[in-house]
Amino acid sequence: MNLAPRSARFAAAALLALLPAATHPALASGRRPATRITVFAAASLAEAFIEIGHDFESSHPGLSVRFDFEGSQQLAAQLERGAAADVFATADQRWMADVQSHGLLAGDPRPFARNHLVLIVPATNPGRIHALPDLARRGLKLVVGADAVPVGHYTRELLARLERVDGYGPAFRRSVLANVVSEEENVKAVVGKVQLGEADAGFVYRSDVSSSVARYVRVIEPPDSAQVLATYPIAPLAHAPDPALAGDFVAYVLGPGGRRTLQRHGFLPAEAPAP
Amino acid sequence: MSPGARPGAAAIAPLHVAALLATTLLALLLALPLLGLLVRVSPGELLARLGDEKVLEALRLSLATSAAATVLVALLGTPAAYLLATRQFRGRPALEVLLDLPMVMPPTMAGFALLLAFGRTGLAGRALSLAGISLPFTTLGVVVAQTFMAAPFYLVSARAGFAGVDRRLLDAAATLRAGETQRFLRVVLPLAAPSLLAGLAMSAARALGEFGATITFAGNLPGVTQTMPLAVYVAMQSDLDAAIVLAVLLLLMSLGLLLAMRAATRGAWPGLARAGRPDPAPAR
Repeated sequence: MNLAPRSARFAAAALLALLPAATHPALASGRRPATRITVFAAASLAEAFIEIGHDFESSHPGLSVRFDFEGSQQLAAQLERGAAADVFATADQRWMADVQSHGLLAGDPRPFARNHLVLIVPATNPGRIHALPDLARRGLKLVVGADAVPVGHYTRELLARLERVDGYGPAFRRSVLANVVSEEENVKAVVGKVQLGEADAGFVYRSDVSSSVARYVRVIEPPDSAQVLATYPIAPLAHAPDPALAGDFVAYVLGPGGRRTLQRHGFLPAEAPAP
Repeated sequence: MSPGARPGAAAIAPLHVAALLATTLLALLLALPLLGLLVRVSPGELLARLGDEKVLEALRLSLATSAAATVLVALLGTPAAYLLATRQFRGRPALEVLLDLPMVMPPTMAGFALLLAFGRTGLAGRALSLAGISLPFTTLGVVVAQTFMAAPFYLVSARAGFAGVDRRLLDAAATLRAGETQRFLRVVLPLAAPSLLAGLAMSAARALGEFGATITFAGNLPGVTQTMPLAVYVAMQSDLDAAIVLAVLLLLMSLGLLLAMRAATRGAWPGLARAGRPDPAPAR
């Protein structure tokens, strides 16, 4: 391109003039009441939170609730690199604490739900898995969450606990993990691969076995003595454009409406916070 | 503009300014992320981390799978592109659209479709497992996903290359009693070579960068199915330094392929230049 120096200077000046406009706080956050809040939530919360979002919208006319459901570790990484959101809800304490240590939370996280792990196998049961000890059999195709993903971490913890239960043996964890053919980035990817019959089994949350999933899978419950309890914390984020609204959403999730919806989707109630 | 301005200047200057502004914005949008990667790691660190087992494992797997996919694309794609470029037959337009489709398909959807076709319970799953082939969760599955996503880039370029071969040269070769095979090998292939190589470079780059179809169809296990793009995604959450090193490596490799493609299409390689652009004054 052959540009006259004069127009080049003009373009540069115009570009510079744009910069302050783009970073002006009024333009970035808006002084009018927010019409949208963004919630970063663990993938396992998808069904329940979409319903909660609808309920919250109907009590706040003109407001729309937008969600990003991914593995908690992925959401934490995004927030720590500057992603903008109003509320954060994770499937374990680890990633919430990680985000808090970066000074990104507007208040202390509060537990709002709990969850159990279950093993799911395809309805056709190609791996002929009838009980958890079967998982140590060589050659099975097992799909789990990656270690950084909350469900993956809980899965490894559950396997370690099972070693102390009669009938599993000391090498149980190692032999099961040797059967892992894929480490998924969120629990829904585990559900998908078992549901399609590609994997012989996978560990997911009990709440993941919704009615539409249940048609394709069988559920095997781990013994109570080894069960791992996943705790879900929620917190408003420090850079929320409308902190009051973010607080309202958190309060709604913690309140009776949110609790009812979560329990209907298979979550356990959170323990009552210490007085 | 002032009345003293040259005629035409008033019409052109704002256009130029707009074009410059747009180009600057686009260049910033495209270049800043690359710069963001490069400033995070010094060449020394890059070299030091190259020995990392985590990095090496993903690098080896990526090189092996994308090389295999590129060879597969060339072997299957060359005859297909030649057929499509030179023969008229019923259903050709439909076939062309079908073969180009992965180019515009969301990769995750492609991975899902691959599962439904070649997965254990997929359409061809039984036949494959009878033949002892299992694709999901295997390195072979990665190659299939990459081939699926990369093939159209070669087909488009190769088709254009074959179609651009001057018929008269083929007729001339025929009058010299060159057989069909000989004409293809001695005339068509050298003339189309720049397009073929450019297409191969594009395919290789697409295979190297493939993420969505791979993680959906083949899964994600270090050393087996976790190629560099998957490793970047995973490391981004746990080992940021490794993620940056892997990303910079990927960037350099893609850049190399892009430069190779440009060199091929410009005939920068002397041998190809002669073949690709018939000399107006043939030597002697």
